[in-house]
Amino acid sequence: METLEHLLLEHPFLAGLDAALGRPLAGCARNLRFAAGEFLFREGEPADEFYLIREGRVVLELHVPARSPLVIAAIGDGDIVGLSWLAPPHRWAFDARATAETRAFGLGAGCVRERCEENHHLGYEMMKRILPVTVRRMQAARQQLLDVYGQHPA
Amino acid sequence: MSAAAIAEPMLPRPFRVVASRRETGDTVTLELVPLAGSVPDFAPDQFKPGQFNMVYAFGVGEVPVSLSGDPADGGRMVHTVRAVGAVSRAIAAAAPGSVLGVRGPFGSAWPMAEAEGRDLLLVAGGLGLAPLRPAIRQALARGERFGRIAILYGSRGPAEILYREELAAWGQRPGATVALTLDHADAAWEGHVGVVPDLIPGVSFDPRNSVAMLCGPEVMLRFTARALLGAGVPAERIYVSMERNMKCAVGLCGHCQFGGDFICRDGAVLRYDRVAARLAVREV
Repeated sequence: METLEHLLLEHPFLAGLDAALGRPLAGCARNLRFAAGEFLFREGEPADEFYLIREGRVVLELHVPARSPLVIAAIGDGDIVGLSWLAPPHRWAFDARATAETRAFGLGAGCVRERCEENHHLGYEMMKRILPVTVRRMQAARQQLLDVYGQHPA
Repeated sequence: MSAAAIAEPMLPRPFRVVASRRETGDTVTLELVPLAGSVPDFAPDQFKPGQFNMVYAFGVGEVPVSLSGDPADGGRMVHTVRAVGAVSRAIAAAAPGSVLGVRGPFGSAWPMAEAEGRDLLLVAGGLGLAPLRPAIRQALARGERFGRIAILYGSRGPAEILYREELAAWGQRPGATVALTLDHADAAWEGHVGVVPDLIPGVSFDPRNSVAMLCGPEVMLRFTARALLGAGVPAERIYVSMERNMKCAVGLCGHCQFGGDFICRDGAVLRYDRVAARLAVREV
């Protein structure tokens, strides 16, 4: 039977992480399942747990009064949901809602921060994985802001 | 058909609008046939996917519009037009029965023959799906000649998705995958939200044995080409359809000059390794 530790370290986000280094993360993790429509977290709540999606789809959205919520990004298999747990004040900036049945690992944010403080090698490995995701999403958000498919008469 | 093969490439020939279908709030697809006896050399099956016509709204002006129909359909010129400026608004408003001028077809074509035997990535953004539609339809009709066929499409929002029903049908074809992404969506949209390059990791293809055809806004082309290079697709097997201010369409006036190329004559479809350096130069 595969252990949570084994399955967690096989997640694409942690690919290549030395098992001995990553083992303490398993103590921060739990297996979760979200039904379609269920919220993982909501804007303004404490960012005390982030998620590694095993299978499914989660959207980040902003609710706007008197309008349908605006979907900002969709996140799928093998990706990470939630970055605000890394930076003070550790509160979610968006809502995260599953749009399909979703299986994920939930990782306690405080626990992971502590493990990273205890072992900076682990912290550095985590940052090497989180920073590319941050850069990719920031670049995508900037491209989306350009509205390149909108009307631009010559 | 090249400009040289057209008897009088500067002379608009009269075509009647026989059908107009609204695609989105500002975009329509027109089907045109030549006025009886006025275009004796008309051969719509001779155009190649990726080529364009100059379409003339009499008394208003002329703009380049890519061919978006399937050459195999025969008999009709199909154009998808977005009403953006005065000329395109007049063309998009052309009702069945009205007459438009047509010069063409002009320009280079998607490398359909080179793509045979390989996986095919057809990547479009916004209205860029229209110039790729002939290539998509031809590839799907001859599916046995290609490997896996992936159609990746980015749109502004749900209301701006072109050829919505066809996209769904294309995704049902054996060996074909269709992936959509939107820049912005509301909660009713359950698909992907983000930029087109984000779709690439989710597609099964052999990067060393693929041909990619890209059409859309230039920003989208640059980012998508870089993502494909990063995935291992060789630059010489990435093709982009370029857009510049085309006027004469036969390489004489120079309006569409792009470095050493005239987009109307040498493009619009160009190999990425030929234009990559120029795409990085603001002044070109």
